[in-house]
Amino acid sequence: EDKEDDSKEEDNGPRQNRASKRKALQRKNNDGKTTEKGVSRKRERDKKASTKEQKDSENKEKKTNKQKGKEKENKDKKERRSSTPSTSNSSDEESLTEEELAMLMEQVEQKKKLISTMRNKPWRMVKKLSMLREAQAFVEKFEGALGKGKGKKLYAYKMMMAKKWVKFKRDFDNFKTQCIPWEMKIKEVESHFGSSVASYFIFLRWMYGVNLVLFGLIFGLVIIPEVLMGMPYGSMPRKTVPRAEQATAMDFSVLWDFEGYIKYSALFYGYYNNQRTIGWLKYRLPMAYFMVGISVFGYSLMVVIRSMARNANESTGEGDDENFVFSWKMFTSWDYLIGNPETADNKFASITTSFKESIVDEQESNKDENIHLRRFLRVLANVLIICCLCGSGYLIYFVVKRSQTFSKMQNIGWYERNEVEIVMSLLGMFCPPLFETIAALENYHPRIGLKWQLGRIFALFLGNLYTFLLALMDDVNEKLAEEDVLKNITHWTLLSHHNSSIGNGSTATPPPLDPADVPRGPCWETTVGIEFVRLTVSDILVTFVTILVGDFIRACFVRFVNYCWCWDLEAGFPSYAEFDISGNVLGLVFNQGMIWMGSFYAPGLVGINVLRLLTSMYFQCWAVMSSNVPHERVFKASKSNNFYMGLLLLILFLSLLPVAYTIMSLPPSFDCGPFSGKKRMYEVIQETIELDFPVFVAKIFSYVANPGLIIPAILLMVLAIYYLNAVSEAYQRANAELKKKMQMLREEEKNKRNNKTTTNSAMQDLEDLLKPNTKSESQPKQVEDKKIEPPNKTSPVGKQGKAAAEDVSPINGRRGAVLTPPLHMLVTRPPMPGVRTPYPGLARPRPHPQGPVPWRGRGQPRY
Amino acid sequence: MGNKQTIFTPEQLDAYQDCTFFTRKEILRLFYRYRDLAPQLVPLDYTDKPDVTLPYELIGSMPELKDNPFRQRIAEVFSEDGEGNMTLDDFLDMFSVMSEMAPRDLKAYYAFKIYDFNNDDYICKSDLEKTVNKLTQNELTPEEVNLACNKVIDEADLDNDGKLSLEDFQHMIIRAPDFL
Repeated sequence: EDKEDDSKEEDNGPRQNRASKRKALQRKNNDGKTTEKGVSRKRERDKKASTKEQKDSENKEKKTNKQKGKEKENKDKKERRSSTPSTSNSSDEESLTEEELAMLMEQVEQKKKLISTMRNKPWRMVKKLSMLREAQAFVEKFEGALGKGKGKKLYAYKMMMAKKWVKFKRDFDNFKTQCIPWEMKIKEVESHFGSSVASYFIFLRWMYGVNLVLFGLIFGLVIIPEVLMGMPYGSMPRKTVPRAEQATAMDFSVLWDFEGYIKYSALFYGYYNNQRTIGWLKYRLPMAYFMVGISVFGYSLMVVIRSMARNANESTGEGDDENFVFSWKMFTSWDYLIGNPETADNKFASITTSFKESIVDEQESNKDENIHLRRFLRVLANVLIICCLCGSGYLIYFVVKRSQTFSKMQNIGWYERNEVEIVMSLLGMFCPPLFETIAALENYHPRIGLKWQLGRIFALFLGNLYTFLLALMDDVNEKLAEEDVLKNITHWTLLSHHNSSIGNGSTATPPPLDPADVPRGPCWETTVGIEFVRLTVSDILVTFVTILVGDFIRACFVRFVNYCWCWDLEAGFPSYAEFDISGNVLGLVFNQGMIWMGSFYAPGLVGINVLRLLTSMYFQCWAVMSSNVPHERVFKASKSNNFYMGLLLLILFLSLLPVAYTIMSLPPSFDCGPFSGKKRMYEVIQETIELDFPVFVAKIFSYVANPGLIIPAILLMVLAIYYLNAVSEAYQRANAELKKKMQMLREEEKNKRNNKTTTNSAMQDLEDLLKPNTKSESQPKQVEDKKIEPPNKTSPVGKQGKAAAEDVSPINGRRGAVLTPPLHMLVTRPPMPGVRTPYPGLARPRPHPQGPVPWRGRGQPRY
Repeated sequence: MGNKQTIFTPEQLDAYQDCTFFTRKEILRLFYRYRDLAPQLVPLDYTDKPDVTLPYELIGSMPELKDNPFRQRIAEVFSEDGEGNMTLDDFLDMFSVMSEMAPRDLKAYYAFKIYDFNNDDYICKSDLEKTVNKLTQNELTPEEVNLACNKVIDEADLDNDGKLSLEDFQHMIIRAPDFL
């Protein structure tokens, strides 16, 4: 019966509501006009006052008749607005303008707030639009009125600027959204493959943005100044191809290896001159080179950490809460972004299985054994995978050792020379599927499974990185030793050339030695740069070829050969490929690590990477749409993909280490690069400070760089981290405590209810009457609810509900003393027009007995 | 945006931007989506606010909703008449709430309305049964459905009235890692 009542109310609710709103609108407009006039012309006030009072009473009448929660606020406001001028008019004229103005100002502010939060209201668009127009008109009017007064020019000006600012911000936002590329492409992928695949593309796009900034930094501040203002090609040894290489320097096979002309171009470290300033701008290139190298890392760190922090802010509670297994399954398992029948079918199937699984879990009374089994399997899987990782690590170590002995031998075959690479690719090819097979034992949710898989492959790839760096370090050390020898030879050659020209006894100026003929050092920085560029390029090729062969050719084969094959290829063995999220994400992350490490030695590397990301965006989008099928267990990517970011941060840190090491403790080559002639690369800073800054700056710098200051600063930071960590832990504990308390109270209530249903109704009534005394028990719960739902407290919805309750509720005055109306309900009450009656204690069935108030809503189904 | 558009006045566009989470371009894009559903019905000039309503059959055939098991409910909740027939305003409203910029509170509120099939402001057992059946395409046996519904009420019903109120629902769903 109650339901019927409700629905009836609902039926006429909106209509009533709309009618009253219209009236309210008219009234408000009138009010607005009158008040404005009141400010300007005070004479006519008296006449108007009477009408206003009339309206006031009308308002009150209305309020008592129809109590519509949301309307209340408006009326409240209106009442205040209309009543203040009239009352003020009757008492004191002069001083009141101030008060009035303050009042108005407040209202204007309120309206503005309403305008800015309009989009958050759960109202119909028509209503939102009309409310908006109304509020804007009000603001418009009264800002004008406030502006007219003396000394209010500043206010008017400020308002105008604020308006302009809002407009500008909106235009800027519009512009910004227009600048985000590939929105439609990603959405399309999202609708076909669910949000997990799309998250990879979003990550790719983000990477592209970061790399564009790095590209701008390096090109704008290093490469372009050098090309425009530096010494031209061929003017000095480091910028010239040596005589011996000149014949083949333009061959494609040489260029493909990044030798020849490419090696002696602005793309690599060795090309740069150690001249302190270049061009008419006196641009300090070595200094700029160093600072850009540092700021590449600084910017990347900042961006990664900032987006991590933002993601952490957005993510609410981790999924470890076991309380709502079924509810979450029921209400949040559908991916609303799916727009493809095939994906939808997969999703339906996966939801059904997950429901069945948890139902079976639930039905099994001896759940403990199950948990033990699962735990055992998980431990087993981890042990197996750790064994795999250790094995592959040892294999890599062994192979690298062997290759070091091979490199000393003379005639070795093709296999010996490429053994490391072959073993690496084999490991990279076979380990991930192996891990996946083992991970099937663990039976995680696919999203958690993906994380584990990512972590494990990450560990595997680290071995890859480690061998590469080790080989490179060996190379560098060798080159450094070679350099010492060569340095003398170069010196000696130059000297002897000089001597010979003098010895010839001709003129005072000897003909300069052709730069191509000068013997030069190995320039280990350029070698490192070339290694990184080669690696990046080969990585790009491998990725693209893999996609082409593994996805596209396979898909074509399956699709077309299926017509004449013995078994069903599409459903059977080869079938179509799924998009490999973990592999692709890791590929991207490691590639970025290479870029970070290599960009100091090969400034052009970032340009290559930008091209790579651009092409791989289009290529992979195409490949995914043309030749992949949706995952069998379609799952949603969590909004906070901090996991990717975490991996990226780790790689960033790892790639920072070798670069910092080379900058701080390896001597730069003597005849190439911007730092040649210095003992260490960072000396360029000291040089700049000494030569270009006033003395006191140098002094301050030397004080700041003192270890006596740096160590305490680091200590302080560590302590701050420790303290903040402790604070956050305490908060977490408090949170858990509250949660537990709430759970306990719930159980208690439930027990009570269960008891109650068994007793007869008379007893129940008696209990209800007696309950107020025991009310103190349930009070903490409500308080907790309030605490735990802070978003609701601040929502506009809550305010209105509260306003309604305060106006109407007869038990208002006694709140908290004897009868506590269910606080959390009032706080969170939405302004559902017409559907609700604002008697919270009356119409809504609550578990808390309301004392003498008879509660009607209890006829609802109980269990 | 060189070419001047005359579908909306600038004021209308500003108002729509205030009321939704969209930018100008997105609003126009949505308008074209709306118009593409029935080019013969929807005029290209909205400056004088024509009263055009598209029937549910057209709305439900959009690729965004086509495969959604709750499409009918979504259209009903967001339409002015409660039958799934939508004006442009309703249409914008729907996409605004569904967009990723909308806050979780708002989404939770509308999600509640969507799952509340019989519009009684509570998600009761019949609503839950409908939800499960739609999600699993009637693959579960009645006993299983019953069990699942009971479990949901057991978990999420904070005030023990045997059905989920909006507060219960919000309390539960705001914490869900999957709720976007």
